[in-house]
Amino acid sequence: MKIIEQSYFKRNTEAAPLAVFRILFGLMMLISIVRFWSNGWIDKLYIQPKFFFPFYGFEFVKPLGQFTYLVFVVCGIAAILVMLGYQYRIAIIVFFLSFTYIELMDKTTYLNHYYFITIVSFLMIFLPANAYFSMDAQRSPKKSFQLIPKWNIDALKLILGIVYFYSGLAKLNSDWLMKAMPLKIWLPAQYDLPLLGDWLQNEWVHYAFSWSGALYDLTIPFLLLYKRTRVPAFAAVVIFHVLTRVLFPIGMFPYIMIVSALIFFDSDIHKRLLDFFAKLTKTSRIKFDNGAVLITDHSPWYRIKMGVITAFFLIQFLLPFRDKLYPDALFWTEEGYRFSWRVMLMEKAGYANFKVVDEKTGKRFYVDNADFLTSFQEKQMATQPDFILAYAHYLQKHFEGQGHQNIGIFVESYVALNGRLSQPYIDPKVDLTQLKESFKHKSWILPFNDEIKGF
Amino acid sequence: MTILNKIKAILALTMIFLLALSCDPDDDGPQMDNFDRTAMLANWADNIIVPAYQAYASSLSNLKTSSASFTNAPDQATLTDLRGQWLAAYRAWQSVSMFEIGKAEVVTLRNFTNIFPTDAAEIDDSILSGSYNLALPSTNDEQGFPALDYLINGLAATDAEILAKYTDATNGQAHKIYLTDVINRMQSMTAEVLNDWTSNYRDEFVNNASLTATSSVNKLINDYIFYFERSLRAGKIGIPAGVFSGAPLNTTVEAFYKEDVSKLLLIDALNAFQGFFNGEHFGTTTTTTGASLKSYLDFLNTIKEGDDLSTLINNQLNLARTAINGLNDNFIEQIANDNTGFLTAYDELQKNVVLLKVDLLQALDVRVDFVDSDGD
Repeated sequence: MKIIEQSYFKRNTEAAPLAVFRILFGLMMLISIVRFWSNGWIDKLYIQPKFFFPFYGFEFVKPLGQFTYLVFVVCGIAAILVMLGYQYRIAIIVFFLSFTYIELMDKTTYLNHYYFITIVSFLMIFLPANAYFSMDAQRSPKKSFQLIPKWNIDALKLILGIVYFYSGLAKLNSDWLMKAMPLKIWLPAQYDLPLLGDWLQNEWVHYAFSWSGALYDLTIPFLLLYKRTRVPAFAAVVIFHVLTRVLFPIGMFPYIMIVSALIFFDSDIHKRLLDFFAKLTKTSRIKFDNGAVLITDHSPWYRIKMGVITAFFLIQFLLPFRDKLYPDALFWTEEGYRFSWRVMLMEKAGYANFKVVDEKTGKRFYVDNADFLTSFQEKQMATQPDFILAYAHYLQKHFEGQGHQNIGIFVESYVALNGRLSQPYIDPKVDLTQLKESFKHKSWILPFNDEIKGF
Repeated sequence: MTILNKIKAILALTMIFLLALSCDPDDDGPQMDNFDRTAMLANWADNIIVPAYQAYASSLSNLKTSSASFTNAPDQATLTDLRGQWLAAYRAWQSVSMFEIGKAEVVTLRNFTNIFPTDAAEIDDSILSGSYNLALPSTNDEQGFPALDYLINGLAATDAEILAKYTDATNGQAHKIYLTDVINRMQSMTAEVLNDWTSNYRDEFVNNASLTATSSVNKLINDYIFYFERSLRAGKIGIPAGVFSGAPLNTTVEAFYKEDVSKLLLIDALNAFQGFFNGEHFGTTTTTTGASLKSYLDFLNTIKEGDDLSTLINNQLNLARTAINGLNDNFIEQIANDNTGFLTAYDELQKNVVLLKVDLLQALDVRVDFVDSDGD
């Protein structure tokens, strides 16, 4: 075992694929930041709102008023430096920190693909992505290596494989497979798409999309790994993600995934791509083919690095299964839903009407959510118990600050999940000011009264 | 074929596929069993919204005529006539208030037409000083129907005293001018909105049938539900019943000075709301209907085989109407005698908020806002 292990970690490969990954990742991130900014979303999502929903344990991460723009500037500059491979290590650390800061500011905007970027950029801190075709390598020949240990590239393949496979597993549930939900809601609404629109009204199409989507996610990492199936698999990647881009508002994610999947290809393709980049930038790739090998030393830094990477993957393997520790349907309670590659699985709509009661006089009044939340925040809040609790606590602070005393806060809420009729969501008799956020099961969520079988 | 060439081929195929998606040859294949959102928008515009605005505009010109007669000769007869036309226009308004889209949204028609309670003290000041600018949003609560209500029903306790305000040697003219200015402003804003509908907005509205957050269907449904929740449910019952403040506020009823028409206006609003839901042509009885939210829901239900949402919504609206019909015509008396009954009617409306905001929005897949999402 030890011998295999050692020989695997000593195996080397061309650094070109990692260089291509670095360049395209940096470019995609730059485009994402610019797109986010130009859509006015910094202002709309991080400056306009009065209240931000923090992640449990990260309450100190908040938008910084006008300085929030600065965080985006820093993140964008870091993305450029990553792309160029200039001061790479510092750049990728700054990128990871600034991007993660942005994502932690308000969980209203949580998206699996943002989480994907966070963990990939974290992993990239430990990878020698500047060894080849980078400004670092150009400036200092000592840092220039044509060959690097193979595991560095396999680590990226592994994380991509996890993303696909786990999101495939998550689709193996009765709503997705047996009811074609939520696609049955989403696809007919795309009524006016040219050509596809009429077709999407057919029930069999919804099932075909559901089943092929699950099959795609479960098999694509393996099909990309094997040389004989790689090219058709990549074609499937392109078609699948372009289709999702056409059908759903998922921003940059499809392009990022298409670009990332290139990592599975052999290095000659990447070299050709780099030649193309070199032509664009009037430089040359050949000079990086110095035959130098990045030798693995066994310094303490190496040991720490390998320890961190091992722990990282262990967490990635286990974290998505944490929902099994909670009772009742995952889609209903959402306990353990985030950070587990559950993508496009739910159509959830909710309504939450908060009642503030003076416990002494019994006087009550209702809260107008629009006074405190944006419509997007309100939509997210109404279907997720941790949001409801955080918001109730915010309301408590607000009204106590106005001089109200002994207040209790109750919520009348309804949620409709995947086409089911709306039903009461949170126990309306529970005073939310008496509850604390934790990782324990939230017993004040009313029962789902239905079953969703599967992962 | 090298791998690179294969990739090139794949990209080329993808481009062709995308091009095929983006160009739309007029489909002459078999007609799919499909819901035509454009037809629904056309029904809304041509048979409901525009006719309702036309009726409202003509009620305003009647109001204008009456007010001219009144200001020429303020007496009991012209005052009574003016009040009658005021109520007729106020009732007509209930059929257009929910359509805050297009020009109406730009000029914030509802805010300038029906913000109540009106600020009587501020109106008095404006009349006496003669300096006011009704185009300012800060004067929302000094104009529109609630201000007219004050000017013709609330200036004094008796009709004789009200008439005296208009015949007063020093301030009578100022009162007439203010009354006329308020009506002129309502008329000009409405004309602007209606002209926009008939000149170009109608086509823009009907052709914007896509699914984006800014499409006509999405926008109008959001406005429509917003109207139900804020103006109809909260404005007409919830706030006066004290749902939001903890104690009833009888000064916040609609038509506070006239007193006995609050229920009538609410029922008109509810009928118009339900008529729109069912696609009933404006001004006709329930027999003529076109493509509507109801028929859209029914169509989607044939795919989904879920609960019959349109029936649930109609039933709940009917329950709300029954509860409201049981109330006193005069909501001030209703609050004084039986606020619990008032709250019961509110609860029936509230149940519909859930059906509209949760079940309807989900069934139609209406987007709240334009941001990236990966499906919750």
